[in-house]
Amino acid sequence: MGEINEKVINGEGYQLTTLDKAVGLARSNSLWPLPFATSCCGIEFMATMGSNYDLSRFGMERMSFSPRQADLLIVAGTISKKLGPILRQVYEQMAEPKWVLSVGACASSGGIFDTYSVLQGIDRVIPVDVYVPGCPPRPEQIIDGIMNIQKLVQNESIRRRHEPHYQELLKKYNISLNDIQPNS
Amino acid sequence: MTSNLIPDLFHILKSHFGDAVIQSHLSTDLLNIEIQPESVKEILLFLKKHPDYDVNFLTLLGAVHYPEQENRNFAIVYHLHSWSKNIRFRIKAFLPETNPTIDSVVTIYPCANWMERETYDFYGIHFNDHPNLKRILNEDDMDYFPMRKEYALEDQSREDKDDRYFGRTQHNR
Repeated sequence: MGEINEKVINGEGYQLTTLDKAVGLARSNSLWPLPFATSCCGIEFMATMGSNYDLSRFGMERMSFSPRQADLLIVAGTISKKLGPILRQVYEQMAEPKWVLSVGACASSGGIFDTYSVLQGIDRVIPVDVYVPGCPPRPEQIIDGIMNIQKLVQNESIRRRHEPHYQELLKKYNISLNDIQPNS
Repeated sequence: MTSNLIPDLFHILKSHFGDAVIQSHLSTDLLNIEIQPESVKEILLFLKKHPDYDVNFLTLLGAVHYPEQENRNFAIVYHLHSWSKNIRFRIKAFLPETNPTIDSVVTIYPCANWMERETYDFYGIHFNDHPNLKRILNEDDMDYFPMRKEYALEDQSREDKDDRYFGRTQHNR
């Protein structure tokens, strides 16, 4: 009896894995994005939200402009070096679980702005889950990026924040682990 | 009446300020007057108070870096505009790289406040008596003045860009 109990509690038992799938399904179809749009990619993102492409189909009816209530940070546009710390603060204010979508060449790599004032890719300040290429990307490409985020959300562990490689990743970015307690 | 204002301007300034007004020339219909940097405040104030000129508006204040000109490394450029007389012209003052310092004109044109901060931010020009001379556009902890010609325009921290695709090196020739 004790042996069975231990398997259920500690192992990835039948109940836990189906819960993973149910939670992943729920999370992936109710992402609340925070659009951090600074330039032309932001205009494409507006088209993506509009009625032609209709991001609401993916459960993203509500754009969250408060990082506290957002699950998905959509960075669309050029991020200057001065804006870097602000973007980082927005990311830190988001509650776990959280994902980051980098839209367009500028957010992903600095794009054509290879200059002293522009951050050469947001992955220098925050970890990124999915990159969308393009200058600017078409709404179809942004939707493809979002569907890839959804796949990530569905397939990863619901306890992602406790995984050692995730904690290591955050440590690499010097992001505070204060709110991450193992076994909580 | 208005048409004589620009041709007369240099002589009026010259007779009033003497050696502080150096020379003038036309470039693309716009009159340029070079002055000694020490006299910038009194000359701008004189033009603002002058009833015939009534120069009420400072359109732009900026700098140009000429690294090759000895003792004339920085040009401080004032674009001035008189709304009532409908005339525009430039005032230029040259500064040496060793001591790029000039008087602030914030007391004459309050709009010079941010323009002087911008000029300080990008060229490191020091404006005497500026109320708040600190960086305005670049991040506060930047440790150089990026528009000076000795600094590269490109970000220096990248390794993944192949210069051949950006027309920067001899590979493309």
